[in-house]
Amino acid sequence: MTNEAILAKIREAYPTAVVDVPEEMTDFTIILAADQLFAVAKFLHDELGMDYLTDVTAVDYPDHFEVVYHLYSVERNQGLLTLKVLIADKTNAAVASVTPIWPGANFMECEVYDLMGIDFPGHPDLRRIMLWDGFPGHPLRKDFENRTFTFKELEPTRPKPPNW
Amino acid sequence: MSSHEVTMDEELKKNLFLTTVDTVYNWGRKCSMWPMSFGLACCAFEMIGVAASRYDCSRFGMEIYRASPRQADLMIVSGTVTQKMAPQVKRIYAQMAEPKYVLAMGTCAISGGIFTSYAVLQGVDEIIPVDVYVPGCPPRPEALIQGFQRLHEMVMKQSIRTAPWYQKSPTSSI
Repeated sequence: MTNEAILAKIREAYPTAVVDVPEEMTDFTIILAADQLFAVAKFLHDELGMDYLTDVTAVDYPDHFEVVYHLYSVERNQGLLTLKVLIADKTNAAVASVTPIWPGANFMECEVYDLMGIDFPGHPDLRRIMLWDGFPGHPLRKDFENRTFTFKELEPTRPKPPNW
Repeated sequence: MSSHEVTMDEELKKNLFLTTVDTVYNWGRKCSMWPMSFGLACCAFEMIGVAASRYDCSRFGMEIYRASPRQADLMIVSGTVTQKMAPQVKRIYAQMAEPKYVLAMGTCAISGGIFTSYAVLQGVDEIIPVDVYVPGCPPRPEALIQGFQRLHEMVMKQSIRTAPWYQKSPTSSI
């Protein structure tokens, strides 16, 4: 099944979900509406057999976030299908978690939350994975000041073990 | 016996030598300085190279890398110290028994290296006192061995009378 056939099936099942299919991308990309992401993802997993999610990542543009999903199908040996979701609200960015569908998305969504600050409602255990819970800010946002920290500066934010 | 001359048999002269307590004490410590395995990143591989057969550190008595800080004398901080790891480095240094030494290996341990980043501690001497700095990215095994030589020179110059771990006043905490 080609990517265009998949696109046709998605359009058939969820007519309002596909927002855009940009021509200039080298990999076939489908931009979806954020509120229908979970339904379309479940459809892709159950009906169309896209059973391997390799990556969840995010991009910080000046006026919106993009959350990017890379999908493969192992049973049909089909290559890359890219899904993108645009989130316009940057202060309370959130998109439904796909961890119930693809369990491998667990750590990847934790990473996106840690570094970009995008919330994933429906995630079983959303917390920081590379930095610690009290770290000031989300470093990979463009408005995070690119600087080094001293140990003393970050000391009050660290979680303390009980008998330190 | 009013004479103060020491008369010895010929046999005894060959087997007895006189020296100072300091020299023997420091010689013993220098020739059996046990490093703690604390390889954090790429410099660890050069440290392993020093422990391997070509650049043998066993000839200095340092081939036994203790896993426990309680049994080690020397902490070779080899590699990038991230902000997340920094409190654990401090904790492990605190668990080492005196006399203890720290060798900062590689530019990441000295000053953060090429990583001027929010997540990297800019030099391990922000949190623990360092005795020898070995620059390089990574330093060649010969450079690390030169670092060991400097450390040994430093150890030989220390004296029991002035050693901080034998003083009656409390030592500064880290």
